[in-house]
Amino acid sequence: MEPIRDLYQQVLLEHYKHPHNYGHLEHPTHQADGDNPLCGDHIHLELQVENDTIVDVKFSGMGCAISKASASIMTQAIKGKPVEEAKQLADLFYQIVKGETDVPEAPSSDLEELFIFSGVRDFPTRVKCATLAWHTLEDALKQS
Amino acid sequence: MNPEVAATVDLDVHSIRADFPILNVQPYGQHLAYFDNAATTQKPQVVIDTLTQFYEQFNSNVHRGVHYLSQHATEAYEKSREIVRRFLNARSTAEIVFVRGTTEALNLLATTFGKLLQPGDEILISMMEHHSNLVPWQILAKEKELKLKYIPITETGELDLDAFERLLSDRTRVVSIVHASNSLGTVNPIEKIIELAHQNDIPVIIDGAQAVAHIAVDVQSLDADFYVFSGHKIYGPTGIGVLYGKELWLDRLPPYQAGGDMIKRVTLEETTYNVLPYKFEAGTPNIAGAVGLGVALEYVQNIGLSKIARYETQLLEYATRAVEEIPGLRIIGTANQKIGVLSFVMDYTHPHDIGTILDQAGVAIRAGHHCTQPVMDFFGVEGTARASFAVYNTPEEIDQMVKALWQVYQLFGQ
Repeated sequence: MEPIRDLYQQVLLEHYKHPHNYGHLEHPTHQADGDNPLCGDHIHLELQVENDTIVDVKFSGMGCAISKASASIMTQAIKGKPVEEAKQLADLFYQIVKGETDVPEAPSSDLEELFIFSGVRDFPTRVKCATLAWHTLEDALKQS
Repeated sequence: MNPEVAATVDLDVHSIRADFPILNVQPYGQHLAYFDNAATTQKPQVVIDTLTQFYEQFNSNVHRGVHYLSQHATEAYEKSREIVRRFLNARSTAEIVFVRGTTEALNLLATTFGKLLQPGDEILISMMEHHSNLVPWQILAKEKELKLKYIPITETGELDLDAFERLLSDRTRVVSIVHASNSLGTVNPIEKIIELAHQNDIPVIIDGAQAVAHIAVDVQSLDADFYVFSGHKIYGPTGIGVLYGKELWLDRLPPYQAGGDMIKRVTLEETTYNVLPYKFEAGTPNIAGAVGLGVALEYVQNIGLSKIARYETQLLEYATRAVEEIPGLRIIGTANQKIGVLSFVMDYTHPHDIGTILDQAGVAIRAGHHCTQPVMDFFGVEGTARASFAVYNTPEEIDQMVKALWQVYQLFGQ
């Protein structure tokens, strides 16, 4: 596959055009804003954390396809997960986009979509777009 | 070459292209279509050779040594100043100050003008200024309690001249305007602006960063009080630029930086400043850069600025017609008078995704707000994709870009 199709896979484009968990929570317990001045990407992330578990999550903002799809996929991946596990997913995601981890033959279904960002490793200028949502998540979780 | 463009071209693009070694770089194995010329232009071999030759044969500090090399370095540096003088048709080399670039020139002017201004005084700029002609004035206005006023722009990306006249007041102390917009391509009617400002005895600064490589500038017939530009946007090296100022004004303004070369005599009690232009050239300048800039300006003049402008206009018209056929693509900046800047958005794609897809096709464009965020706000976009043309670009390269833009449409728009 040519690299550009590898980057802009159908799944990614679907998430960009129809993002999941887009909007606002009624009673967020944690929130944070993330900016990528290079692209002008902006994301606002809201979490509802109960008993150290992310029970609900929504995001809003403007951005490129990669940052928006990444945020959409992230919200799916962390919803219902314990905070600690979400943090581990963030670390895994950073390894994926930097090409520091192998893409498994058959990743577990809830992680499968994270691995579509492995194509980003060939586009160093876009790594920050992909990681914006995850850095914003870490910022939000720092509030206690 | 595309017959439509070739029919009216009177310059030999292929021999010009041969002067620019970087155009042989093949990104991802593809022909490089370099359309990021508004950010910086590529350098002809003759400029690259000048830099090497300077360091190999002339390198020495200027205006100081009594030795052979220093004499030659000084001669080369001052010869370049004379080339700049002729390029702008300034009265005297005393009016040509070498600086790092447009940004430094504008900071110099904001800072030194600031020392002459009183609280309540007004500065008039426009909404389409590059951040480098906006932020320095904003900082100054806060510090000195001045009023910073903006000339509004229209839907086509042109200055509202009626509003300009209304905004001029008896407290306006300086007008600072971009000659050609980097994000819209608009060429502003600076003759008219200078005339109107002068009717009110207000000095005018012109930011020529985007204009000089495309429009012949005669500071005397314009009657501009200041005209500033960067070398690297006109095929010269980075880190060198020019501040032209009328002698009268340069005399009036206090020095910007202090140090060596800008002094005549220093005692422990006081300092007498050097004559123009050295009063504004503290410290060792970018000597090689200045010499390289002179060579770049001669290179441009040898081709002829009017020829370059005609050719780039043809490229712009050709590209404009081609991209207008792409569904959902909107051109931002549709002024009557434009330099070769094509700024656009696609309503289903973020500019950075456009940039990445074009990059993979060997096409270098800029995506983002282009350091003109108020312009982006005005048009209600986060940023634009921008292709900007130079003398070495070809219609085939535009075809290469348009093909990649159709690919963007196929990926995102369908």
